Amino acid sequence: MSTPAALWTLFATLLIGLSYFAGVTFVLGLLWRLVGYLRTPMPYPAALTPAPTTDAGAAARVAGDVLFFPSLFKADKALWAGAWVFHVALWVILIRHLRYFTYPVPGISVAMSSVALWAGYVFGVAILFLFWRRLALPRALYVSGVPDYFALALLGLIAATGILTKYWLHVNLVDVKAFTLGLLTLRPVAPPAHPLFLVHFLLVIGLMLYFPFSKLLHAGGIFFSPTRNQPFDVQKCKKR
Amino acid sequence: MAKFDEAPIIKDPPINGILRPPDIREDASVGVKCWPSKPKDTRAIDLPTERLPDWQARGVAKLGELLERNKALRVFLDICVRCGACADKCQFYLGTGDPRNMPVARAELLRAVYRRYYTPLGRRMPQAANAADFDEEMLALWYTYFYQCSECRRCSVFCPYGIDTAEITIAAREIMAEIGVSTKYVTEVVAKVYDTGNNLGIPPAAWKDNCEFLEEDVLEQTGVPIKFPVDMQGAEVLLVPPSADNFANTETMIGYAKLFHVLGISWTTSTYCNEGGNFGLFLNFANMKKVNNRILTAARMLGVKTIIWGECGHAWRAGIFTPSLSGPMDEFDPPYPYHISQFTVDMLRRGALNGKIDKNANDQYLVTYHDPCNAARAGQLVEEPREIIRACCNRFVEMPADTIREKTFCCGAGNGLLTDEIMPIRMAGGKPRAMAVKHTGANFLATVCAICKAQLPESMHYWGVPVEVGGVAQLLGNALKL
Ligand code: HEM
Ligand code: SF4
Ligand code: SF4
Repeated sequence: MSTPAALWTLFATLLIGLSYFAGVTFVLGLLWRLVGYLRTPMPYPAALTPAPTTDAGAAARVAGDVLFFPSLFKADKALWAGAWVFHVALWVILIRHLRYFTYPVPGISVAMSSVALWAGYVFGVAILFLFWRRLALPRALYVSGVPDYFALALLGLIAATGILTKYWLHVNLVDVKAFTLGLLTLRPVAPPAHPLFLVHFLLVIGLMLYFPFSKLLHAGGIFFSPTRNQPFDVQKCKKR
Repeated sequence: MAKFDEAPIIKDPPINGILRPPDIREDASVGVKCWPSKPKDTRAIDLPTERLPDWQARGVAKLGELLERNKALRVFLDICVRCGACADKCQFYLGTGDPRNMPVARAELLRAVYRRYYTPLGRRMPQAANAADFDEEMLALWYTYFYQCSECRRCSVFCPYGIDTAEITIAAREIMAEIGVSTKYVTEVVAKVYDTGNNLGIPPAAWKDNCEFLEEDVLEQTGVPIKFPVDMQGAEVLLVPPSADNFANTETMIGYAKLFHVLGISWTTSTYCNEGGNFGLFLNFANMKKVNNRILTAARMLGVKTIIWGECGHAWRAGIFTPSLSGPMDEFDPPYPYHISQFTVDMLRRGALNGKIDKNANDQYLVTYHDPCNAARAGQLVEEPREIIRACCNRFVEMPADTIREKTFCCGAGNGLLTDEIMPIRMAGGKPRAMAVKHTGANFLATVCAICKAQLPESMHYWGVPVEVGGVAQLLGNALKL
């Protein structure tokens, strides 16, 4: 085997190993954090007034929080708009990505193709806005630290490399899909030898490793916030 | 002229009753600190009398214990994205411009320590993960800024995840109490409760005297013999007022007495527990529980059917904890826990007060209502006081919408801050509320909290708002036809 070919094989093997490591870390890390939240008790009622009085009401309140960020809307309209667009675009992108991991591709992923065209750009612009905001507003600048810039930069780079592979330096989708499905079915094959795709992929691995141990965990933590997910039902009263 | 350092206070005027977020002023209020506790008080309430030699290790261990015990703390320490939505929502930031009074920055003081000792990234790469040691400097910041937070939860209303910085402050104070760092004001008050049954340190004999004095007073004013019963066995209702109602806010106390009189309900206070206010809430869990247990003990000693909490914000916040803190209340008549405002509204709705209210009696007042933070953000008590005011006053006006109900501002001295040495913080924190009151032109500021009733006259005076402060029960008392 020639040296470049040997190196490539080595790299491909490492990448496959890293992929599995990232996948396992992501899943176990997430479980570790979320199970931690689940099993920790709340020693006293903490529902934030005005609170729903039933469990169903509390579930609806959390669902509303997850979908529409109403508290943020009350606090800061510009941030709300930026944040909401950012997250919706993120979900569109994530759902669209299912087609790289599934066979056959789920209907929703296909149906979204027209919106998806824009989601990447919108996502990128939203990230730029959120980044700009952190630097431009003195209060946001004061509270921003390395992890905050890092999270945005990481997502931004993933988006940028993703867009570039899609619209500029095309990668052969058949190869990509062979690679991802290979990983998922535990019969790994070599990745497509496309530098930009590999950078994109490595960044995503980084994101998976980082996610459970960082503030990105808000995606799961939001479901466990006692001020929002508790009903106000302390007054076990019949008379009132 | 003020007798304290006014440098921490921002004096810029509001626009339409609303303050604009100030520019950041680094360290503006870093010098404002509560006095440290005295050994005689800490000894009485089972806390170390001085800072422990191994305080760092003990503090970190305590944090670990709290993480296991309190879901809110655990979740809130992890998931803040530092979006800054809460930053300009705290009255202490609005009043001082000190960036550490932005709720997120305040919480980061504890979060940095949490990351340093309890997260994989923070342990390995403290700088990159925004983690910091629990050292002398950090402890000093904790002591300052966790006692410049009134645990009011206003930030929580605006946070997309409902992150409640009050919960973080409660944890930080608990850790400090554990290692022997606490304030004179809070520890002294808790010690007084164990000694005398109430926060003011009024001995039983003086409490009885004062009740008799109030009886004479009311008889003189109205010609009606209205009782202020003390330790009455078998009364229907045990009233746990804030003890200040019996001394400072006597008009509120008279309001309760008139209400029970008109309804013909037998009631009593207890000299074992004549205090609803629970300063344990501002200190540590063990004392909170111990103070709260006294209410049920008193009720059992007297054999009452119902316990009613008086007009005190944090008493009510702790009050709704009662079943989880002090055990089931099944032996009492529901509803429980029960607040005097809820009780009054229930009576109004049931028609028990029909024809017994003369609304015109309060016509000299243009009334506005201050939502105490603990009632309006922790206690589900927002409509009731308003319903009572509307029932007994002709002239009621609301403050600007962003300053009432769940968006209410703290009076500026809640949850352990009502102490004179931190007057700059109290007046700075009291500014948003004062400006909103000024905007209404009201001459009577009603509220249902004894701490508010102590702070508001001072802050209104400082900010030049001519208004009388009093209770909702006081307004009702004025209007009741005896
Ligand atoms: C249940 C799902 C999720 C919900 C409800 C949610 C909600 C929010 C909210 C309300 C904010 C604050 C506003 C802002 O600063 O943008 C936020 C911030 C953020 N979210 Fe999410 N999120 C979710 C999932 C995710 C995921 C899966 C990621 C990325 C992998 C993510 C990345 C971020 C980032 C980076 C920020 C900070 C933005 C900034 O720096 O301003 N979120 N999220
Ligand atoms: S609003 Fe919530 S998430 Fe945003 S900085 Fe404040 S505490 Fe953190
Ligand atoms: S709980 Fe109240 S006082 Fe404390 S940080 Fe939040 S808004 Fe400020």
